Amino acid sequence: MTSQNLSTQLRALVVDDNILNRKIHERMLNGLGVECMVVANGKEAVDVHFYGQSFDLILMDKDMPIMNGIEATKELRSMGINSLIVGVSSRSMEAEIREFMEAGLNDYHVKPLTTHKLASIIHNINPNYATK
Amino acid sequence: MEVGQMQRQWLDYTRSLFIEGFLDGQFLQLEQLQDDNNPDFVVEVVSLFFQDSHKLLNDLTIALDQKSVDFKKIDAHVHQLKGSSSSIGAQRVKNCCIAFRNFCEEQNTDACLKCLHQVKQECCLVKNKLETLFRLEQQIMAAGGSIPMMELSF
Repeated sequence: MTSQNLSTQLRALVVDDNILNRKIHERMLNGLGVECMVVANGKEAVDVHFYGQSFDLILMDKDMPIMNGIEATKELRSMGINSLIVGVSSRSMEAEIREFMEAGLNDYHVKPLTTHKLASIIHNINPNYATK
Repeated sequence: MEVGQMQRQWLDYTRSLFIEGFLDGQFLQLEQLQDDNNPDFVVEVVSLFFQDSHKLLNDLTIALDQKSVDFKKIDAHVHQLKGSSSSIGAQRVKNCCIAFRNFCEEQNTDACLKCLHQVKQECCLVKNKLETLFRLEQQIMAAGGSIPMMELSF
């Protein structure tokens, strides 16, 4: 088990309206040594930031009720949140991806995510982060 | 039956589920997430899927039974089911959902009803297959054996 310096513990926020995706992505991130919080829509993602939480990585689903991923990403960026925001969606139409990216994403991945994809995302945040 | 035989039976059965298209590589991702700290992860996720899909299928049945069919609502439900089935690697259910969404777009009620019937069947089939798989796993564990590492070598 790799021992992590507490000050370099990465924190991620999983934003997805699908209960399975929340469970699976959280488990994948935990398995890579990343601490996780999960919320069910864009508004909850904005609210947790409004109440002072911060994250190294936000996994943002696109299609969600109440506030979708595009709106939430725009809102977070306008609040000055500079965290890595990675859009995740099953949609693959170019126009839709472009709209999502233009909202302020750093990157975009097609669902379903794999541990391998997440490991490469984390590597981009911190190349020295020791994942399993 | 001795443990070695049970393990071979489990391997053959698992391979058949992939060859017949019931499961795809995403299911292997779930298996890799199971460890000593999360020993029941696959069963938990699969159970969650069947709870979730049961509700979605009920909602779809009700929605398609309305005098004035709300295709946007139906599409939203099918999108959820497609996402869930994709996340656990239930390939045939996912493929049914893809066809279903196309008919939603065309606002074709009859075709949607056929798709609903098909997706219910596929959910039922994969549920039975996975229950059999988990039963085989329990038998192996009860006999003191361990689940073989699944290799995608076919």
